[in-house]
Amino acid sequence: MQKYSIFNLVKNAFSNHQNWDLAWKDPSPKEEYDVVIIGGGGHGLATAYYLAKEHNITKVAIIEKGWIGGGNVGRNTTIIRSNYMHDENGLFSEFGMDLWRKMSQDLNYNVMFSPRGIINLAHSDAQMNAYARRGNSMRLNGIDAVLLNREQVKEIIPMADFSENVRFPIFGGLMQPSAGTARHDAVAWGYARQADSMGVDIIQNCEVIGFDISAGKINGIRTSRGNIKAKKVGLCVAGSTNILAEKLNMTLPLETHLLQACVSEPVKPVLDSVVTFGAGHFYISQSDKGEMVMGGDLDGYNSYAQRGNLPTLQHVLTEGIAMMPFLSKLKMLRTWGGIMDMSMDGSPIIDKTHIDGLYLNCGWCYGGFKATPASGWTFAHTIAQDRVHELNAGYSLNRFNTGHLIDEKGLGTKTWIS
Amino acid sequence: MLYIKCPHCGMRPQIEFSYGGDATVKRPELNKEISDQEWDDFVYNRKSLRGKHLELWQHLSGCRQWIKVERDTATHEIFKTFKANEEVA
Repeated sequence: MQKYSIFNLVKNAFSNHQNWDLAWKDPSPKEEYDVVIIGGGGHGLATAYYLAKEHNITKVAIIEKGWIGGGNVGRNTTIIRSNYMHDENGLFSEFGMDLWRKMSQDLNYNVMFSPRGIINLAHSDAQMNAYARRGNSMRLNGIDAVLLNREQVKEIIPMADFSENVRFPIFGGLMQPSAGTARHDAVAWGYARQADSMGVDIIQNCEVIGFDISAGKINGIRTSRGNIKAKKVGLCVAGSTNILAEKLNMTLPLETHLLQACVSEPVKPVLDSVVTFGAGHFYISQSDKGEMVMGGDLDGYNSYAQRGNLPTLQHVLTEGIAMMPFLSKLKMLRTWGGIMDMSMDGSPIIDKTHIDGLYLNCGWCYGGFKATPASGWTFAHTIAQDRVHELNAGYSLNRFNTGHLIDEKGLGTKTWIS
Repeated sequence: MLYIKCPHCGMRPQIEFSYGGDATVKRPELNKEISDQEWDDFVYNRKSLRGKHLELWQHLSGCRQWIKVERDTATHEIFKTFKANEEVA
């Protein structure tokens, strides 16, 4: 594989950049693989990469119905954080933060990781108390957390509404300074390029039609491009998990819902951290191109549409304008939607299944992008060793049966309420 | 914006309604031995169909009645609406 470096950049400039290698190949499916990963999104690509890198398993195929990086890894708001209260989520995400910090060097691909910090705003004394508790829990798990008062928040985001007569005054906020953003496409492409270079076949435009299972063991999959034998199969298909589960006669604690995001026209640098509104569901950051990147609530009813509905967008942006009134002057550039695999306790599932050789990675709700490296790393471990790692032991499928839920928000099973 | 025909009030915009999830989920019968699996299927497990989906909505800013809506989860086409106590074949 051609290394990306300043020297190669200069060298290729002499040939007008016409002689760069393709970043990954476009192979046809082989007859058999050791591991088949279904879903060529961030998590699937990362899983294949860590299977090859950490476990020397390279007879691996990624089967993608569309094109790699065309799903949620290219549709999120690029936020990376580990500001969770529960141990399972905190330790898992903080492990991921380490992988994020090393990712550009590790992948030889600039993922533009920018640890600019995230601030969750508080709008009441009670919320400040809750954030103090969450911050303390984070620090006990080695995650950086700073409780900010109103004046400290004002220093960081003076453009927010600090006037007296607002419905939700800013009392302060909880900040994780090491959180940030990264370029999401680069994450997918970086993992794809490295996985490909280690022998992983990335097979696009290939839809999974069914599974070959006998005596409780997986033998392979049936696809639109023929049957593929496989010793092990991993599912990484986010919002499409229920569709494949139906083919496996499984009913999962998941519902598929639509989440929208949008960007404004690009403006000069105004916001150098990620900020979330505390009296609703709205988050914002500014991209390197200057666009304000915003998101918020689910559309509120089961959806596979991959496109949103205006009432929700209007509701979300109303919150945004309440928080930062200058947003009302901006023109909207683009809006889009992705389909989320909303689990019944808001936490993911990375586990084995009752079918021998079939592994499940789903339930990412709002937090799939930032989990990409940790999800890939732990899922690769689970597949390679046929047992869960301690980092994803809590993310079991049967926790819904045993009552060991990880309900970070305390919302219960109404997945569409946010 | 979706438009939902409330069987009590007629065609109304979606923002008058609140969503209530899969309408085919049935609570296990009382006065009967109930297995953990049955509880799981009632509380947590969902088919989340792509395509025709029967779901509950409440006409919250209208007559406040719960209704059933048969809707396509991929195209958002609404085929038919029912009163909450109507049996749907």
